[in-house]
Amino acid sequence: MSYAMSLFLIASGLSLILGVMGIVNFAHGSLYMVGAYLTWWVSTSLGASFWVGVLCSMVGVGVLGLLMQRFLISRLYGRSELQLLFTFAFVLIFGDLLKLLFGVLPKGVAYPVLFNGIVHFGGTRFPTYNLFLIVLGPIIAYLLHVGERRTRIGRVVRAAAANREMVGTLGIDVGRIFTVVFGLGALLAGLGGALASPTTSVQPGMDVPVILPAFVAVVVGGLGSFGGTFVACLIIGQVQVFGILYLPRLSESFVFILMALVLAFRPWGLSNKPLRTS
Amino acid sequence: MSTGQVPATARSRRLRAAAVGLVVLAGLGVLPFVGSQYLLYLNSQALFMILAAVSLNLLVGYTGLFSYGHVAYLGVGAYTYAILTQTAHANFWLAFFAAPVVAGLFALLTGYFCVRLTAIYFSFVTLAVAQISWATAYKWIGLTGGDSGMPGVAVPTFLMSPRAVYFFIAAVVALLVMVMHQVTHSPFGLILNTMRENPNRALFIGVNIKRAQIVAFSLAGLMAGFAGALFVINTRSIFPNVMLVTRSIDLIIMVVLGGMYHFWGPAIGAVMIVYLMDVIKARTEYWPLVLGVLIAVVVLAMPTGVTGVVERIYGWLKLRWEKRQNTVAVPGEGSG
Repeated sequence: MSYAMSLFLIASGLSLILGVMGIVNFAHGSLYMVGAYLTWWVSTSLGASFWVGVLCSMVGVGVLGLLMQRFLISRLYGRSELQLLFTFAFVLIFGDLLKLLFGVLPKGVAYPVLFNGIVHFGGTRFPTYNLFLIVLGPIIAYLLHVGERRTRIGRVVRAAAANREMVGTLGIDVGRIFTVVFGLGALLAGLGGALASPTTSVQPGMDVPVILPAFVAVVVGGLGSFGGTFVACLIIGQVQVFGILYLPRLSESFVFILMALVLAFRPWGLSNKPLRTS
Repeated sequence: MSTGQVPATARSRRLRAAAVGLVVLAGLGVLPFVGSQYLLYLNSQALFMILAAVSLNLLVGYTGLFSYGHVAYLGVGAYTYAILTQTAHANFWLAFFAAPVVAGLFALLTGYFCVRLTAIYFSFVTLAVAQISWATAYKWIGLTGGDSGMPGVAVPTFLMSPRAVYFFIAAVVALLVMVMHQVTHSPFGLILNTMRENPNRALFIGVNIKRAQIVAFSLAGLMAGFAGALFVINTRSIFPNVMLVTRSIDLIIMVVLGGMYHFWGPAIGAVMIVYLMDVIKARTEYWPLVLGVLIAVVVLAMPTGVTGVVERIYGWLKLRWEKRQNTVAVPGEGSG
């Protein structure tokens, strides 16, 4: 469940960027990794509290995303295949830069004091921190959903996703909107990395097991639908757990088989209607 | 393609192509007698990567399908060859031709599902296919040896010396690349191009788009299967890691770096990447960083690749020369 929640934080940012801008951001996992490293660095080397680390990760990774979009990715608008390749370049660059800066040894981040306990829940022991994640996930999903559906900015973003030229004609700077959206997506990735850091070891390559399932979640859930992504993350979390339990031989392929099935039979995702054809 | 009379420009172009081909062939022929054994091995690797990259470009450049799982077919071909010779003790030629057939059939099967999706989704599913293939090779230990792979795959006696391996690979690659060259210059190749440029128009003139895409996908998979068999012949082993997504991306960067709008672009890209990787990896462990920067620079600064840049420079020079000759200046049109 807590795995599903950190997956959701990454997948929601991915979904946002893909749904609104049509950019497949391979580097999203790397942003997640940068977030985890930032939290580790701030909370360990600088001696600040865990929550300051989380905040720094959100802001830092968000700004990083803004810069990436504004100065690099925006140059490739309309060439989605090259964008895909380009963001993959960032996977390699970020991965190696973090290795250069922090070395290859795994780093551990302590649980924050507030959620350091253990809860007994139906005979099993459960870290309080995981409970916190489980509660936080739906809240963020709800906030994103409301932000997208009910606020003015959300409407503008949806309009820009649907018809970029039309929104531009109305006097709105679409480029700036896209930059902000990308920054927000990156911020979510940073938050995801920061919050996941106490539950995993912070080390090079930690982006790999996250990014592909996150993509699957976005595709399965349907583009740009936070609710769908949320449900997809829950499904993937369960599929992973039960898959490993009952069919360990196939555990590596489960999520991909799931994605292949969804794409073959419901290419528009679980929650969306079959509208877009191109 | 062109029959009967050949225009003067086309004839000079053909002469030039023949000259370049002869020089390349001479270089390939002399190399085994002057280079070290390692250089030979590396060159063999470059050769079958050329085959893989050119076959991928049938999809990327000619048809406009960005497959992110092309190594899956290379891997299937490689495993087919390895399993048939090592486990089933099959005849060499049987295994060698079974590899592309199985890879091609696998491509036909998966392509049937993949081409139903467009653009990004197509890339996704091909990526998923590669991941599933990798996971299968990784987990199905009884058949593939799992993580430890299949070391020491046998080759027939006539392929015992590295020089023989090299000549065999060179001959096969040259033959197959020529076949693909003919395909891209056939009416079918033009149809693929039309589909990339304007799918609606292709539909309008009566092309069955999906079927043509499946054919292209299967053909590319078949060629990748050959490359896989050559891979095993060269390294005498096979591991699941050849099917990792990053290997697929390596292939794509070969195509883009060399230039996807030119038949020979991916071949040039493949040679560049194989040698660059070798040089950089000998000096630093940060090859991914170098590759990442390279990808970023190529994508941003020269999306048409090396051949695109060379063609533009060539066209510009020609234009200047023609202006000086006081003739009507016509910019050099790229040969494809």
